[in-house]
Amino acid sequence: MAEFMTLPEAVAQNLNSGDTAAFEGFTHLIPHASAHEAIRQGIKDLTLVRMTPDVVYDQLIGVGAVRKLIFSYAGNPGVGLLRRLRDAVENGWPNRIEIEEHSHAAMANAYEAGAAGLPFATFRGYKGAELARVNPNVKSVTCPFTGEELAAVPAIRPDVSFIHAQKADRKGNVLIEGIVGVQKEAVLAAKRSVVTVEEVVDDLWTHPNACVLPGWAITAISIVPGGAHPSYAHGYYPRDNASYIAWDKIAADRDTFLAWMQEHVLDATPEDFVDRISHLRSAA
Amino acid sequence: MSDKDFTSNEMMTIAASRALKNTDVCFVGIGAPSAACNIARLTHAPDVTLIYESGTIGTAPQVLPLSIGDGELCDTAVTTVSVPEMFRYWLQGGRVTVGFLGAAQIDRFGNINTTVIGDYDQPKTRLPGGGGAPEIASSCGEIFITLKQSKRAMVEKIDFVTSFGHGEGGDHRQRLGIATKGPTLMVTDLAAWKPDPVTREFTVVSLHPGVTREMVQAECGWTVRFAPELVQTSRPTSVELSTLRDLNARTKAAHSGGKNGEAA
Repeated sequence: MAEFMTLPEAVAQNLNSGDTAAFEGFTHLIPHASAHEAIRQGIKDLTLVRMTPDVVYDQLIGVGAVRKLIFSYAGNPGVGLLRRLRDAVENGWPNRIEIEEHSHAAMANAYEAGAAGLPFATFRGYKGAELARVNPNVKSVTCPFTGEELAAVPAIRPDVSFIHAQKADRKGNVLIEGIVGVQKEAVLAAKRSVVTVEEVVDDLWTHPNACVLPGWAITAISIVPGGAHPSYAHGYYPRDNASYIAWDKIAADRDTFLAWMQEHVLDATPEDFVDRISHLRSAA
Repeated sequence: MSDKDFTSNEMMTIAASRALKNTDVCFVGIGAPSAACNIARLTHAPDVTLIYESGTIGTAPQVLPLSIGDGELCDTAVTTVSVPEMFRYWLQGGRVTVGFLGAAQIDRFGNINTTVIGDYDQPKTRLPGGGGAPEIASSCGEIFITLKQSKRAMVEKIDFVTSFGHGEGGDHRQRLGIATKGPTLMVTDLAAWKPDPVTREFTVVSLHPGVTREMVQAECGWTVRFAPELVQTSRPTSVELSTLRDLNARTKAAHSGGKNGEAA
């Protein structure tokens, strides 16, 4: 049953150094506040999973919290490359990280298999693609009915998944709207889950087929308005594209990056997120 | 060249946009393809179905998204599905007629690298990776590619095969059991290219206005083949140009994030 608690409590109770953790969000609803809290609590040695690691994974990698990254597209969409990730992969700063690289189709299927309690996912993919050569976790199976050879990848089963959502009701049922990405699968595939929400309401007032995660399927909920910034929460505030563009310069230099992290993450709190979206709300 | 009233980038986007039909269902890759696909929708193909991998189906954005998951895409879509559904039912299910891709590095057979420059384990430059492209390349009915030409991008041998094109050429796709056509068109800032029917090597079929064979070769890392009947790409029409420039202006205003941005 979902328990409401502060974000520092939710992270402390559900994320440990050495865990396999997913902070999921497909451009939309990226749980920045949760990841920042993990950095503040000094969590280390993480195996991070995400289809589209972007700015917040660049930050986790840059502060040295990550041992291994499992992903399918690591970039700052529309802006460029992730410079902290590059520094780690190309130069080993601040530490070398292990890479397990997939395609989106593989990751999406692997999350679904995790949510479905299956040991692996199968799909028609990786044909002629060289990732199959460099990733030993890409294998193949033969369809017992048609003989077709299909790709196979292990299910994703995180110790803990973090997501951000629009709202929860007082029983902890959570509504996700807009680009729903792979968050439902990430929560159901994980042993534990932490959901940050923009607000808590008496009634979700939604339609019967909406993407609602029942409270009993979630471990902890924290109320963090603005908690996705500079990603966005559909209906609340738009994507802060200017911040994504600005990140490229901040991440380009180690000292600039560290100074930025000190000011905006280490010396900040979850309550600071609401101020970061105040100038965006009128545009939502 | 001196009488051109459009840039080579504008010519590239517009020439690429013309390839999409009104009846197409198009999986839009990140970057350059997005502009071309939306110009098609805003000019000759108003009913084209544009799909972005974030799950938005039938989207009609007023401004170009910076990412493949901007809220604008969802707001204007016919429906938005989960990412697993997108890749399983819609892409793998065979419902997409065209995949429109960009490329960091490409070879003469339309194999694309967006993973690393240099060795995979000791890369000189770590690129974002494949994302949806490996399966877009094999599951869509056919593939259009658009990129700006340079010797760095168009190389004899790519460093990593992220997305399979025609492999080593000929019937390589069929030999791997891939039933779709693969790359059938490449539009650069200088020319339009189509694969040779037998060897599958990309061959220049159309030069953009003011472009010579020598200019195409100067920005390509392999020895370029030209079709016997080489034509000139039609100049952008005033409607195409004004549609593109308006779209770019709206997009710039929306993404600047400044107080002056009138969009959003």
